Amino acid sequence: MASAEEVAKQAERREIRGRWLLSAPALIIILLAATGPLLIVVIYSFLTPGPYGDVVWKFSTDGWLSVVMQRDIFDDTLAFADAHLSIFWRSAKLSFLTTIFTLLFGFPTAYFIATRPARQRDIWLFLITIPFWTNLLIRTFAIQEVIRNEGIVNTVLIKLGIISQPIQMMFTDFALMVGMTYVYLPLMVLPLYASMEKIDFRLVEAGYDLYANRFQVLRRVIIPLVKPGIVAGSILVFIPALGAYVTPRVLGGTKNMMLGNLIELQFGQGRNWPLGSALSISLMAIVMVALLFYVRSAGRQGGTHG
Amino acid sequence: MASRFDIRRQTGFATIAMICFFALYLPIVTLVVYAFNAGSSIAIWEGVSLRWFYQAWNNNQVVDASIRSLQISSVAAVVSTIVATMAALATTRTKPYPGLGFKYAFINQPLMVPEIVTAVALLIFFSRIKIWTGYSGLGYLMVAHTAFCIPFAYLPIRARLENMDLTLEVAAADLYATPWKAFRRVTFPLLWPGILAGLMLAFVISLDDVVITEFVKSGGQDTLPTYMLGQFRRFITPEINAISTVFLLISILIVTVFFFISRKKDQE
Repeated sequence: MASAEEVAKQAERREIRGRWLLSAPALIIILLAATGPLLIVVIYSFLTPGPYGDVVWKFSTDGWLSVVMQRDIFDDTLAFADAHLSIFWRSAKLSFLTTIFTLLFGFPTAYFIATRPARQRDIWLFLITIPFWTNLLIRTFAIQEVIRNEGIVNTVLIKLGIISQPIQMMFTDFALMVGMTYVYLPLMVLPLYASMEKIDFRLVEAGYDLYANRFQVLRRVIIPLVKPGIVAGSILVFIPALGAYVTPRVLGGTKNMMLGNLIELQFGQGRNWPLGSALSISLMAIVMVALLFYVRSAGRQGGTHG
Repeated sequence: MASRFDIRRQTGFATIAMICFFALYLPIVTLVVYAFNAGSSIAIWEGVSLRWFYQAWNNNQVVDASIRSLQISSVAAVVSTIVATMAALATTRTKPYPGLGFKYAFINQPLMVPEIVTAVALLIFFSRIKIWTGYSGLGYLMVAHTAFCIPFAYLPIRARLENMDLTLEVAAADLYATPWKAFRRVTFPLLWPGILAGLMLAFVISLDDVVITEFVKSGGQDTLPTYMLGQFRRFITPEINAISTVFLLISILIVTVFFFISRKKDQE
């Protein structure tokens, strides 16, 4: 006969098996249509491009090599692929600037919402939530209508006599930065708000009692308190900005490509799936590093605040 | 001192916040206003008219894309919510067991990877399957959408479950309810607001998707967002504004309901 202990163990094992079965459909769907295909991308990055897209099943490291290098078509020498590197650089630069700008605008906005009376707070929060869940494409289109040559900004400036010719903003890095700051701002405000909501204002009061001025209180008390929100918001903006596809396609045109568009190009006209795969994995690697940084800093926060 | 010193105030913050709200809504309002333009420009105002709404309504491509969008999003939202509910039940209200952390990470994995990378991966994978099976219907889009909707449906359901203790289920079991009966009569009604929130979130996420759809779709499988993306390359008329306005209205409606469901949950 089984001892009571064994019976309990068996019951526990049965429960764990039940829990695996219950979560199996979700895990299988994600494996099938998200995680699994990612592994195939890794394989594809080591194959040879096919003549009409797709791949030929022959091992090659050319895909990876051409992420940073290009072979001269005449004398077969290798040189840095300036076009790719400049797109990498633009993506990094624009994503970084977008993160900074959303932080500069988002921080005061989140603080403003968090310091409203409880009743009002819901209304302001709701006003941020709407654009947060509104189609990114529609918001990109909306900002495009504002900054294009015949858009509101140029029309108003011309009517006021400040400029005589419309300023060309579309299809520039400036348009990309304005557009990305606009579409990703709510992603920054919401996590910032979540951590500001919890500020203990007695600490702020203590700061003033110790003769700090407003700026010192902001820098020495408030910002350290909401640091987890700052890090979370920055990650939430930086990662989608780095992989942005829609916004640069609509606002940047063909000359101001970002990584997302470069990847698409390899699967379209470029017909170089291995290169596209290698670029995708590079992008993912950068994102993983950013996430790792986030996890570590979140862990540190958890440690110091108990 | 004449006025009370407000310790919460920071100089200039209210002004910047107002500028942000203004900047967030100005483009959207402009977009909506020009949907009602009588002229065919999205910059020059020529009076109020509903002609672009009529035109969009009579545009077969728009209607087809809308129907396709609704089909895909409905299937994706319902399926992802069902499997996410099951997964949430399996991963909450238990002491840690082997594989629990793995499940969390796995379910949230679609959130960690840039959309463009998932899109490329699915393009490669599904193009293989298309060759093998010869099937090229909407199924691929439905599966893809379901997968990336699961984490979004999972979040509110799990949050709701974590605030429910097991007392009531234990009481039901004491009264000889079978596990299924206990679930149907006790757990499910309590969990319903979370499930509803998950369902709506998944629906909006699926309806809004551009990138993955753009890569996975076969010819003639445009959803409303990919149709609109295709139109940007051409001369833009207020028809796009009209479509956007209707789209916006649907999103706002769903978000409003969602917002109030999740608010209520917080106050309980």
